[in-house]
Amino acid sequence: MTQSFGFDVAHLLAGSMLVLSFVLLYQDRITAVLNVFALQAIALSLSVAWQALIQDSPHLLVTAGIALVVKGIVIPTALHRIVRRLGIHREIEDVISAGPTMLTGLGLVALSILLVMPVGETVSVLVREDLAFALAVILLGLLMMITRRNAVTQIVGFMSLENGLVLAATGAKGMPLVVEFSVAFSILIAFIVFGVFVFRIRERFDTVDVSALDQFRGERGERG
Amino acid sequence: MISPLHAILLIPAIAVVVLALIPGYRIGAILNMLASGLTFMAGVALLVVPRYRSDVLIIDDFNIYLVILTTFVAFTTSIFSASYIGHELETGRLTPTFLRFYHALYQAMIGAMNVALVANNIGLLWVGVEVATLSTVMMVGIYRTPAAVEAAWKYFILGSVGIALAFFGTILVYLVAQEVLGEGLQAMAWDLMVQASPKFDPKLLSLAFVFLLVGYGTKVGLAPFHAWLPDAHSEGPTPISAVLSGLLLNVALYALLRFKIILAANPATLNVGLIMVVLGLISLVFAAFMLYRRRDIKRLFAYSSIEHMGIITFAFGMGGPLANFAGLLHMTMHSLTKSAIFFAVGHIAQVKGTQRLADIKGLSTSHPVLAVGLALGVIAIAGLPPFGVFTSEFMLVSSSFARQPWLAVVLVFGLIVAFGALILRLQDVLFGEASGPAGEVKATYVPLFLHLALVLMAGLWLPEPVVRWFRAVAAQLG
Repeated sequence: MTQSFGFDVAHLLAGSMLVLSFVLLYQDRITAVLNVFALQAIALSLSVAWQALIQDSPHLLVTAGIALVVKGIVIPTALHRIVRRLGIHREIEDVISAGPTMLTGLGLVALSILLVMPVGETVSVLVREDLAFALAVILLGLLMMITRRNAVTQIVGFMSLENGLVLAATGAKGMPLVVEFSVAFSILIAFIVFGVFVFRIRERFDTVDVSALDQFRGERGERG
Repeated sequence: MISPLHAILLIPAIAVVVLALIPGYRIGAILNMLASGLTFMAGVALLVVPRYRSDVLIIDDFNIYLVILTTFVAFTTSIFSASYIGHELETGRLTPTFLRFYHALYQAMIGAMNVALVANNIGLLWVGVEVATLSTVMMVGIYRTPAAVEAAWKYFILGSVGIALAFFGTILVYLVAQEVLGEGLQAMAWDLMVQASPKFDPKLLSLAFVFLLVGYGTKVGLAPFHAWLPDAHSEGPTPISAVLSGLLLNVALYALLRFKIILAANPATLNVGLIMVVLGLISLVFAAFMLYRRRDIKRLFAYSSIEHMGIITFAFGMGGPLANFAGLLHMTMHSLTKSAIFFAVGHIAQVKGTQRLADIKGLSTSHPVLAVGLALGVIAIAGLPPFGVFTSEFMLVSSSFARQPWLAVVLVFGLIVAFGALILRLQDVLFGEASGPAGEVKATYVPLFLHLALVLMAGLWLPEPVVRWFRAVAAQLG
């Protein structure tokens, strides 16, 4: 196995995560969003496993396993169930339409390349390019959270953002396990919190559309 | 024999489990006070044991003072909380089941803040801030009213985005450090990084700081990342507003300052001080104007917290012994005063049954003791002598006049605008025609007046050891 082969596979996997981030942006059905997210989590776990191989650090395999089981299988399944129980297989409204969203996404990718690539001549090219990919995934996750108004898709946007974080953390060579574990753990916590909130929102409003909440916020109607 | 350092982390951890298991809310409240009191004592005991460092935990002058402040305010707030929740149960806003979670989460938050404060590992620092945030999110939403759910949702989304960016920044800092310090835990140890900082790659370090600033800055509540803060303060239980304003904002700022010290040791990095000065002034002036349009008493003081965090960020951005000293003092004074104000506001909102400023009138005739408490708190937070907030603001204004007169003009302008707003908004509350229910307050005033007495004392006379200590920390901050 040559150096450049390891390099190419790492690129392929990180790049496929980025492509899946774009796919997430324009999906307009919740079930499709969940399936794409599961795919992205699987790509993440492959990427992390590959890093474990080329960095020769087997503890990263734990992170890969967590990504595969929790984010690739458990969370999408649970969210599918919630969506079915809430009966929201219908379309989801975007705040801005797919075209401008994709263009903004492209801009964000360019931005992350411009930010990361010129700095840090001291770190290796692989690490730098991994970081650029990771930052792009993070920014696209942010974009998704902004453009979606539905609570479930906002959750997915947030978890896709966390995928980018894990990609960045595993790309950094020899970063102590403590941190990766905490990231995986925080995702679990995040899911519990989100689950509780979705439940409550459902209970109170019979909708998971976050814009339905706006009328209650202190800023409107009665000025805080 | 466990050391005080372990105690401040272990006591809250044990208390979380115990409080989650105990059904009775009275016992829960007492245990909550007990655990907070013990943690405070352990925090004070840190003073007498020798300083400590490992790659994971550290005790130095800077965090020891914040640990004591945090555990003290957490302790007094737990006393306030015990008298507060009884009323919430009576009115049916909270149920005993929720109180179990409330107490457990309260201890989780204190423990997490202590972890963040004593962490030497920048990853652990991040974990501490994140867990503290998540536990406050749950508590903000605990009333489960539509407004509370929305506030918690907003807080959660904005807080998570902030925390995610901070984590990316942390990874970048590690990448920079591992080039010099080698892979592994030592490349995440803050004190080793400060020593090795001159050898770090300045460009990547600067980029990392931008992410950290936006990330932790969101948690500090700096404008324009402050949108979650007023909602979270006004919709959650008042004890949580008190610890949010008094403690969590401080801890987030502390995290930012730790990274500022790393960058300050490397002259080739970007000018951190300038960015902090600008953000601080924007927050100050923006919040000062926003104070005029508030109609909810807790939102009013939430904006006042943004204003004061702006002042503190400005002070540390200016740097130098005097401004840093003022910043540290202001951090302490703001914590004590703002939590005292929230104690008073909590009692007021309970007796009047509302948080609307328009419906709270004439406290001086209906509830004279509360009125005195609130009035003293407002006088203190508005920066009038003889309280400690005046001392720190005066030091900051005079030191910045000597160095950057134009910045000082903006600072003074913001302070005056905020002062006017507070006096204007609270005149009716204190001295108007008495209206609304005039029921007795079944509450303890001890925490409220204890805090005010400390702030007054700091304004009149700062003990010599404290001064020496603040000087040492101010020098460390550069």
